[in-house]
Amino acid sequence: MNMKKVAAIFRKQLKDTLKNKEVLIQFIMFPVIATIMQNSIRIEDMPRNYFVILFATMYIGMSPLTSTASILAEEKEKNTLRVLLMSNVKASEYLLGVGSYIFLICMLGSVIFAVVGQYRGIEFVLFLSIMALGILISILIGAGIGTLSKNQMSATSVTVIVMLIFSFLPMIAMFNEGVAKVSRFTFSQQLNDWLKGIGTISIHVDTIGILLLNMIVALLIFVLGYRRCKLA
Amino acid sequence: MNHNLQIHTKDITMHFQNTKVLDNINLSIAKGEIFGLLGPSGAGKTTLIKILTGQLKPTSGVVSLFGKEKERIEQECMSQIGMVLDNTGLYERLTCYDNLLLFARIYGIDKSEINIVLQKVGLDDAAKKCVNKLSKGMKQRLVFARALMHKPKILFLDEPTSGLDPVIASSLHSLVMEEKNKGTTVFLTTHNMEEATKLCDNVALLNKGEIIELGNPYELCRRYNHQNKLIILTKSGEQIELMNQASSAMRVADFLSNNEIESIHSTEPNLETVFMELTGRGLDTDEHEKSSRYF
Repeated sequence: MNMKKVAAIFRKQLKDTLKNKEVLIQFIMFPVIATIMQNSIRIEDMPRNYFVILFATMYIGMSPLTSTASILAEEKEKNTLRVLLMSNVKASEYLLGVGSYIFLICMLGSVIFAVVGQYRGIEFVLFLSIMALGILISILIGAGIGTLSKNQMSATSVTVIVMLIFSFLPMIAMFNEGVAKVSRFTFSQQLNDWLKGIGTISIHVDTIGILLLNMIVALLIFVLGYRRCKLA
Repeated sequence: MNHNLQIHTKDITMHFQNTKVLDNINLSIAKGEIFGLLGPSGAGKTTLIKILTGQLKPTSGVVSLFGKEKERIEQECMSQIGMVLDNTGLYERLTCYDNLLLFARIYGIDKSEINIVLQKVGLDDAAKKCVNKLSKGMKQRLVFARALMHKPKILFLDEPTSGLDPVIASSLHSLVMEEKNKGTTVFLTTHNMEEATKLCDNVALLNKGEIIELGNPYELCRRYNHQNKLIILTKSGEQIELMNQASSAMRVADFLSNNEIESIHSTEPNLETVFMELTGRGLDTDEHEKSSRYF
């Protein structure tokens, strides 16, 4: 693994995303909405940080997933990925470069959520740790979709469905017990539960199992996509 | 193996499902040589260039680059190769400079090389322009700049001037010749016989996946000069055909001394007519690229 190449991909992605409104909006939309809603809406008996947790969960399920899938699919469609791989960049270096960029930018978004939610000390660290875990799983799922898709169009059609499942199920589950029974098998629901109980987190075996299962499935999809398409 | 050989293929055969796309391709290309692969669309040119650049694994046969025999080209060879392929692969939202900066960082090249190579391809004024604002010719020059920046030992050019106007095509030809003079080996695919004749030291005529003729373009044309005639157009508009031999010398001398000649040509064929003689069809035959269906 050549870290100079990873850094080159990272810096390229940074510049490219600043000019790519479709991807850029994914990173800033939810922190901005959460900031506005949390500070402007006051409802009696509203749980603490209701909007921060709601939008942070949606952020986990949507932003890293859609941006990773979109970036990978665009690179495949425009042939830039093939050029990179033929310039002695290994697939792992490329994925680490793009993945670390998305991870970092999403973590910056998570810091905004944490600040708006007024988390301090250990709560702040816990909040960011939960977000980091969710972002990581979400990036893996996005990378799987991106590698399996031939172009941006096909990536988008798959991403929309997957993203809806991971970002909206936890929200719908608040109002519907039937949905909650299904939703509990998603990583975003488990992380949503953790976010709601920050400070009183109790780690259960089934929670860890579900998170691991989500991560393994995401990894399998990615490996399958990578083996079939070899990225380029 | 001859160490002067940069590209060598032995019995390369490629099948896509049940279709044979390449059949026993044997090529030997020396250092500093410009080698042209000529053939109509669908002949297998792009498939062969993909095999040589490691994008495809042949069904059978061996490819050697830089004297190393490999079934498939490994990644360490890639840093010594420059490519101008069918799809540009440029980052449309980034500037020309930033596109090259990415590859300068990947190859560990000094940033100062970027401006040098941009100047070389005539894009120094467009350095800060985003790629999506460039014309097709400018994009192709930027791809050239990217391919040349790391000073490759072998340059693969797949239809590099296809769809470009003659002025830009000519400037790219000059760049190719410049690279050849530095000792770079150039592998060029084209269906433009003028381009091949102008640039190439040797050409292979590829038809339906088989090499049907191989050699220096001028020698090939002479070899197929069956008519061996001189065509003289007189100032009065008369066209006269004479055998290209000593017995015609007096008549030609008479025309010259009487200042009667408007133009004089030999019947030496060009590469296109050689190809037509061998296959019964032209180089511009518009067939679907067989291999493209598989990617």
